[in-house]
Amino acid sequence: MSPKLERLSQVLREVLGDRLRSVVIDRGEVTIEVAPENYLGVAQSLRDHADLCFDELIDVSGLDYSAYGGDAWSGKRFAVAVHLLSVAKNWRLRVKVFAENDDFPVLDSVVGVWPSANWYEREAFDLYGIMFAGHPDLRRILTDYGFVGHPFRKDFPVTGYVEMRYDAEQGRVVYQPVTIEPRENTPRIVREENYGDVGHG
Amino acid sequence: MAEIRNYTINFGPQHPSAHGVLRLVLELDGEVVERADPHIGLLHRGTETLAETRTWIQSVPYMDRLDYVSMMCNEHAYCMAIERLLGIEVPIRAQYIRVMFDEVTRILNHLLGIGTHALDIGAMTMVLYTFREREDLMDVYEAVSGARMHAAYYRPGGVYRDLPDRMPQYEVNKFKNANTVRQLNENRQGSLLDFLEDFTNRFAGYCDDYETLLTDNRIWKQRTVGIGVVTPEQAKAWGFTGVMLRGSGVAWDLRKKQPYEVYDQVDFDVPIGKTGDCYDRYLVRMEEMRQSNRIIKQCIEWLRKNPGPVIADNHKVAPPPRERMKANMEELIHHFKLFTEGMHVPAGEVYAAVEHPKGEFGVYAVSDGANKPYRLKMRAPGFAHLAAMDEVARGHMIADVVAIIGTMDIVFGEIDR
Repeated sequence: MSPKLERLSQVLREVLGDRLRSVVIDRGEVTIEVAPENYLGVAQSLRDHADLCFDELIDVSGLDYSAYGGDAWSGKRFAVAVHLLSVAKNWRLRVKVFAENDDFPVLDSVVGVWPSANWYEREAFDLYGIMFAGHPDLRRILTDYGFVGHPFRKDFPVTGYVEMRYDAEQGRVVYQPVTIEPRENTPRIVREENYGDVGHG
Repeated sequence: MAEIRNYTINFGPQHPSAHGVLRLVLELDGEVVERADPHIGLLHRGTETLAETRTWIQSVPYMDRLDYVSMMCNEHAYCMAIERLLGIEVPIRAQYIRVMFDEVTRILNHLLGIGTHALDIGAMTMVLYTFREREDLMDVYEAVSGARMHAAYYRPGGVYRDLPDRMPQYEVNKFKNANTVRQLNENRQGSLLDFLEDFTNRFAGYCDDYETLLTDNRIWKQRTVGIGVVTPEQAKAWGFTGVMLRGSGVAWDLRKKQPYEVYDQVDFDVPIGKTGDCYDRYLVRMEEMRQSNRIIKQCIEWLRKNPGPVIADNHKVAPPPRERMKANMEELIHHFKLFTEGMHVPAGEVYAAVEHPKGEFGVYAVSDGANKPYRLKMRAPGFAHLAAMDEVARGHMIADVVAIIGTMDIVFGEIDR
């Protein structure tokens, strides 16, 4: 572990204190997890505290953990991973927040803290159905106008539900139920722990 | 007095200056933009969810198709994410090859960016010149991977194969006679590195040519100076990276600040802008091409002197060479398992970012230990840039919107993913 990451995690512990659920340092990256009720406050401190200075929000990614490791996942289903960058301090941080309610995931919006979160949150809403309370303009962004469902959820089939074609009789584009079957060429396999090691097999 | 209402128009999705499939709903007060609402997603292919249904290595060619003008840089971020998850080292020669091709890609991207930007706002000639140079670099792509654009050359653990000793040559056909072919093949007599070196020697002159066309061009300056001004504070708040951030005077380049591969071994400068307008960003792009040229020269010199392996020796990750696979049972099994079941990546999550020609391109990969990614999120630089369109374009004339789209260097492959 590099001294820089050590220092970052120490500053995080000092500044955020018991608002942190966990601090993990893995593969040269620091990940913190916070509770949804503390999320907005933590975001504010991360940006404004002089020792942290996370002035840029790089990415917000929705996550659906329902199929993680087969069906082994017992925690909350939906999460958001926010990637932050400090141009002044030259360090990065990942903040993870799990939404409390699996059927209607809601999190606070951080648009007020980092304006760049706007479209990223719209994307997470569109693809995962995660709501962001306080977002100024929570519309769909990547999917079609009038799209139903949230396509990146693990229970949404890759082929989707409807397909689009041009109907010569009606002279317009029509939607119809999909006519293709989903298929899987390579099954998803989770092997034993040391399967990929060089010395193994 | 007559009631005056704002005008709402659709810009795109089939407008030639919309760089693909941007649909921009513009609210206009006369010719002044009051609000710009970009509608994106017309090119959404669901790359991220498709990647979840394929093995790690099967998704490499998808990466080329994200930002389809800087193909290898996308692959680079993806391969780096996998390598960090696996904790494997890339051979030093492969690292130099990657750096060299990243810079070739940067030149390719900026040539297209500047060429089309100039074309959009009225300087027709530029694009003809820049496409001439792109041709040579695409031949380099083709020589090394067999494809002019979607190379799939970077692989987890290194690159697919070593640089070829012979540059492919033109042949006589009914359109090209023997004399033309001889001229075209003049600089293709040696290896790929010889061809590329010849290009780098010529390229500085080409850059001068571009500058004579644009840098002091009165019309070009009228269209770009003072247009789309972004302050450093705004740039950071909006999540800008790359040229969009550097153009505003923030000295931030991942190649210097968080060096990956061998960027700390090569010598180059990072240009930054002063005022943060379209003209500054154009100047930054021009200088970046010259610096890329410098890096390529250094890589060529190193690569000539230092032969070696170009892909990791771990056959759970990288396939064995074909000759050995044909002769050895063990290698055959490795090959078979790798291309049917794929590699198993230990559980964990990682975010790998590269200094893409457009900004910071990052791949956030989550693995649960399976042979496929659990979640793959691509952080596209253009997405953040376009998100700020409304605020950058507000108060500008409608014709300036085209200049702003051009300076943002928008490509829809990466924004819609």
